Amino acid sequence: MLAEKYPEEVKKIFAKYPPENLRSAVMPLLYLAQRGEGFVTKAALEDIAQMLDITSTEVAEIVGFYTLYHDEKAGKYRMQVCTDLPCALRGADKFLEELCGNLGIKVGETTPDGMITVEEVMCLAGCDKAPMFQIQSPDGIAYHENMTVDKTMELVATLRKSGKEVK
Amino acid sequence: MAHLLLRHRDIPDIGKMDVYKKDGGFEAFKKAVTKMKPQEVTEAVKASGLRGRGGAGFPTGLKWGFIPKDIWPHYVVANADESEPGTFKDREIMESNPFQFLEGVAIAAYATGANAAYIYLRGEFWPVAALLDEKIAEMEKAGFLGDKLFGLDYSLRIHTHLGAGAYICGEETALLESIEGKRGQPRIRPPFPAVYGLYGKPTVVNNVETLTNVPLIVEKGADWYKSLGTADSAGVKIFSLSGHVNKPGNYELPFGTTFRDLIYNYGGGIIDGRPIKAIMAAGASSAMIVADDKTLDTPMDYASVRLLGADLGSASVIVINDTVSLEWVINKTIHFFTHESCGKCTPCREGTYWMLHLIERIEKGEKTKETVELLHSVARQMLNKNLCPLGDFSTMAVTTAIERFPADFEVSAAGGEHG
Repeated sequence: MLAEKYPEEVKKIFAKYPPENLRSAVMPLLYLAQRGEGFVTKAALEDIAQMLDITSTEVAEIVGFYTLYHDEKAGKYRMQVCTDLPCALRGADKFLEELCGNLGIKVGETTPDGMITVEEVMCLAGCDKAPMFQIQSPDGIAYHENMTVDKTMELVATLRKSGKEVK
Repeated sequence: MAHLLLRHRDIPDIGKMDVYKKDGGFEAFKKAVTKMKPQEVTEAVKASGLRGRGGAGFPTGLKWGFIPKDIWPHYVVANADESEPGTFKDREIMESNPFQFLEGVAIAAYATGANAAYIYLRGEFWPVAALLDEKIAEMEKAGFLGDKLFGLDYSLRIHTHLGAGAYICGEETALLESIEGKRGQPRIRPPFPAVYGLYGKPTVVNNVETLTNVPLIVEKGADWYKSLGTADSAGVKIFSLSGHVNKPGNYELPFGTTFRDLIYNYGGGIIDGRPIKAIMAAGASSAMIVADDKTLDTPMDYASVRLLGADLGSASVIVINDTVSLEWVINKTIHFFTHESCGKCTPCREGTYWMLHLIERIEKGEKTKETVELLHSVARQMLNKNLCPLGDFSTMAVTTAIERFPADFEVSAAGGEHG
């Protein structure tokens, strides 16, 4: 239960919105629910629905609509590489291909140790620092810009070693 | 000239409260609340000629003036959803000059009689939201946010709200739906947000860069602001330059700077000295502009860019060199818009799907004259039939690439190559 697990955070979230518009808290609560697991469990859907007095379908609808919510487990770190036009003009497609080659996985797959999932995403507002990607982990999101495959593989090695994200 | 918006480039620590205050920070907000009526602030912004920097270019003061006086409460919402491919200016403002932006939010709230403001950031800006939360707390501590500000009967609170990855939420009514905890899908207008906005109440939605201009206007006056830029487009603008240039990045320049100056002077020219082929002036939503001498010598302001059959939009200039086939470029833009179409209205949902189907057929080598014509026809028929601008945006590059760069779409032309 989120309210028991993170009482301070839940209180802070509810304080942001008018009491008659509780439903506004659904997005921040979903982020909270992803903490730890990296995805939203069925139990969390029910929990949030109850907190906000809406149906669990209405919560699931939000999970489905927005790309940063997930309903399935993936690698601990989701490496989300931008291959949109401005990044692609600066070699993002080739970067992604070589990165996948180095990791031995295809886009959308997870490394056998369960640490890295590579995803291809839309523009991240880092167009002048391509190739770039963000890492979504259970604790948040961090950008990595002006990257090369070598630098990325070093980062992957550090992540594997420490289990923690290094900026 | 010293930077007015990207002020951290001249004063590196401007993001610190003491440095910002020492440089005159929050004087404009104090002046507005203690010496001006809300109406006077709105009039000053109207007179300055400030237009929305998110892409639409709508006069900001006029927008504020639409807020009715008989429906309460009012809200101000800052649009920090910055998701247009090629746009990365709001992020730099918030990361490095956060107080000037927040002061702009505060002044907008005072002018429109709002006691609460929300900043809607795209979910990927997670660390930026955390930073703004810190800065908001510092403002509360310093007495610039909270109850009875400057000892007067005005209270204001600012909250951040993170989206979660959806380009459509940059559209203001979709953004409001998203804050309300719903899927980010545009509303049917009218009523416009000025009358029926957040929680059904009068709401002003302004872009981050727009709001960051506001303290300067209040502090230095509308006449000073108007003296910058051109008659049609007052003030300075941050141009996000990306693609095949040596020095991509944000450049704060007066409106009216030419494409040539931006690309070859500030941007250091084209990588490897190659010829320039095409320019997209408004990110992926842009019409494709042939980059000839006439284009390069065109001043970048709203009216002049329109004469090239394009829009300046958010001034996200994507530069494309001669090695790239525009067939590949529109494949990228169509993929983007198909992914981001929210699915609410049929022309956009189905139209982007069919454009994707056709461009994939073309890219797979099944290129015939008929397929290219059909793609053009689908795009043309979508135009002006959508609930919000996204559907129209998805067609811009497609129709203009085929019309203005016909050689790239000839059956014999090689596709799929890029730099």
